[in-house]
Amino acid sequence: MELKSQIPDGPIEKKWDKHKFDLKLVNPANKRKYKVIVVGSGLAGGAAAASLAELGYEVECYCYQDSPRRAHSIAAQGGINGAKNYHGDGDSVRRLFYDTVKGGDFRAREANVHRLAEVSNNIIDQCVGQGVPFAREYGGLLDNRSFGGAQVSRTFYARGQTGQQLLLGAYQALERQIGLGAVKMFSRHEMLEVIVVDGVAKGIVTRNMVTGKIESHVADAVCLATGGYGNVFYLSTNAKGCNGTAIWRAYKKGAAFANPCFTQIHPTCIPVTGDHQSKLTLMSESLRNDGRIWVPKRKEDCGKPASQIPEDDRDYYLERKYPSFGNLAPRDISSRAAKQACDEGRGIGATGRGVYLDFDDSIKRLGQPKIEERYGNLFEMYERITDENPYKTPMRIYPASHYTMGGLWVDYNLQSTIPGLFVLGEANFSDHGANRLGASALMQGLADGYFVIPYTIGGYLAGIKPGSRIKVDDPAVKATEQTVSDQISRLFAIKGKQTPDHFHRELGKVMWEYSGMGRNEAGLKKALELIPQIREEFWNNLCIPGTGEEVNQSLEMAGRVADFLELGELLCLDALNRRESCGAHFREEWQTGEGEAMRDDESFCHVAAWEYKGEGSAPVRHTEQLAFESLHLATRNYK
Amino acid sequence: MSKHLNLTLHVWRQKNTSCDGKFVEYPAENVSPDMSFLEMLDVVNEGLIRKGEDPITFDHDCREGICGTCSMVINGRPHGPKERTTTCQLHMRSFQDGESITLEPWRAEAFPVLRDLMVDRTAFDRIIAAGGFISVPTGSPQDANALPIPKENAELAMDAAACIGCGACVAACPNASAMLFVSAKINHLGQLPQGQPERYSRVRDMIAQMDAEEFGTCTNHGECEIACPKGIKMENIARMNRDFLKASLTYRPAVVGGGAG
Repeated sequence: MELKSQIPDGPIEKKWDKHKFDLKLVNPANKRKYKVIVVGSGLAGGAAAASLAELGYEVECYCYQDSPRRAHSIAAQGGINGAKNYHGDGDSVRRLFYDTVKGGDFRAREANVHRLAEVSNNIIDQCVGQGVPFAREYGGLLDNRSFGGAQVSRTFYARGQTGQQLLLGAYQALERQIGLGAVKMFSRHEMLEVIVVDGVAKGIVTRNMVTGKIESHVADAVCLATGGYGNVFYLSTNAKGCNGTAIWRAYKKGAAFANPCFTQIHPTCIPVTGDHQSKLTLMSESLRNDGRIWVPKRKEDCGKPASQIPEDDRDYYLERKYPSFGNLAPRDISSRAAKQACDEGRGIGATGRGVYLDFDDSIKRLGQPKIEERYGNLFEMYERITDENPYKTPMRIYPASHYTMGGLWVDYNLQSTIPGLFVLGEANFSDHGANRLGASALMQGLADGYFVIPYTIGGYLAGIKPGSRIKVDDPAVKATEQTVSDQISRLFAIKGKQTPDHFHRELGKVMWEYSGMGRNEAGLKKALELIPQIREEFWNNLCIPGTGEEVNQSLEMAGRVADFLELGELLCLDALNRRESCGAHFREEWQTGEGEAMRDDESFCHVAAWEYKGEGSAPVRHTEQLAFESLHLATRNYK
Repeated sequence: MSKHLNLTLHVWRQKNTSCDGKFVEYPAENVSPDMSFLEMLDVVNEGLIRKGEDPITFDHDCREGICGTCSMVINGRPHGPKERTTTCQLHMRSFQDGESITLEPWRAEAFPVLRDLMVDRTAFDRIIAAGGFISVPTGSPQDANALPIPKENAELAMDAAACIGCGACVAACPNASAMLFVSAKINHLGQLPQGQPERYSRVRDMIAQMDAEEFGTCTNHGECEIACPKGIKMENIARMNRDFLKASLTYRPAVVGGGAG
């Protein structure tokens, strides 16, 4: 397998412009002769489907939800970054580029990140044009807030519902194209296989989640925008339906999987309450603008109510350790610091796995109405879940699995190692390196969907003869369809005793314990022993009631868990092989005396991309060397 | 830790759209008050699966109250007893030990039941496709700050845009009217200067589609506003009616003609 990044030459500021000019174009009259399949309808998929249809391509869009408006992009709370510098606080494309590369601990591809920073401004324009009701100041101009890992205010927001509003913008653009007949929408359809013929992506196989029908759909190109695999940890901030199936099945068809061990643990989530817990709820990072994080200095104080712990007995550990970034230290650093405090026995709450996020000072300084205006809906949500009033007692928070920087390997054109298969948004690996900064996921999803793929896919399609698409009754297509039906039959044939969720929980425990916030060789090796055992039990003791020819949520879940049971193993294998600490990947063997991540640029300044070699064979680790030409490799310092 | 609850569920079971449905009773035992409502159902379902029975099908996804997927009528109220709270955010501490809970799907002609508590809400998508957007192709807008928008309008637009499209308003309405949903989108876009060029065609087209989907009409019962988990106000309906009236009075068919070329 060859990893050709296709990074254009020339100075970094000119690469994207030059590349756009160099890409071949598809004649406007010919565009309608090409069909593009987009899987996923979140920010990346929805934006891509709408934009490609506007250009004139024939587009089909698929999502597992009942409506494209429900994709999990909708749950993003805090905001979206844009290098507008509307507030004159020193922001620029170059600074956003620099912050993102540094935030990612120098494990992202420079050229991709620069392009992301460049188009960030177009995204804000586009969204405002669509009617996204961003927060405004009294003069009618756009307001900004700060986010972790940056010292400028560049985050645009719509209350605590920025993801919702951006997604509705993309959804409405998509619905407009559906109304015009330019996009054919397939909701409640789950993609279960990529059709690859002679090494080239030619379509997908889906299951209609209402009728159970297995169907093939052919196209000239396929875009996967199916999100991340954070649910491999079982408990995460992802939606219950979020899954790694699409990218995993593409991996097994020949798409390289890059940096699977780069998974982000978000520092501010509501702590677990018991074994029944089905998901974890994020409290936006934006709260760290006005909230102060602390734990008691002494273990003995942990059982006391927060109000009875005097100021001097509190350890505002982020402010103490990282005075210049304080509570706005990046996510990986904040998460580890919380874990450390709890490991020392200073955690709070019933389980001892929690830290305080306290708004008392801000309420005193700004008044409750101002805090309500900024975070009212988040405070309400917190109270609904915990039955505690955060205006009166500090929030209790703890880190949880949130986002995956790893994903399918893509080149500068967002094309995977399977020609014709493009990967967008969280599903790819390209822009966030080893750690994503807050408010950058929305930016990347929309950048890929609105402003990258519409250009780069043209370059690919221009090389294909119009009308040369494979037929849906081609034997190669039918053969792929058969493998999907066979796998479903195999799942039903097990007839065991346990639920899909049971195995998912078991996997999650192993992943969180051995491959969560801290990782070490012995633990990862242990996980690599345990995961195959769970998988073995899954394939011998799974129970799915009902049939495949009807709505069957157990079957849907079983298929996703089967894939997570394989993906989790690759994640641990990648973590074991990356013998350094970088960003969110923290190998306990590689840390400084102060407990900070210690990179090994000599040996690991590369992307690790795994190639599937068949069932029972070990996958092969390939590398793409990362060259830092515009920025200098430096140790991250947020002190 | 407060006491665990033992409950009796009466759940609507229906195999598919064309089958008849019926209520079936299930015990839910030893329920922690810290559980969410859907987590309680997860536990019941895992018990059913282990017995080889069909679990209760219900729609859900984000479980944090924003995606709008979860949808069930709990004891006669869409999303259950707590105001401004979706089913997924409802917690078992809202119920008493020994209580009976009735669970039904959204009931409306325009939302056919797919299975058990799961309904088809694609009618909402078709209403948006008919006009619930601003036509702005990718890459065409001007600089975001070129068009100042009074904070008040931006806030009013945001209030309306907070709709999650769950359909509780339809389920609560005796007429199964979708006017709260439709008016929320019309007012979100109608409050903004960007939304003005299509303001009147939008209201006409969306209402035409709403009627075609066979949603009922509004007779000011106000149930929708109470059921709405996002606090969308009925005043949106009044504003929509005003726009619709104006749109109807000023309607001129589009001029169709070839361009010179």
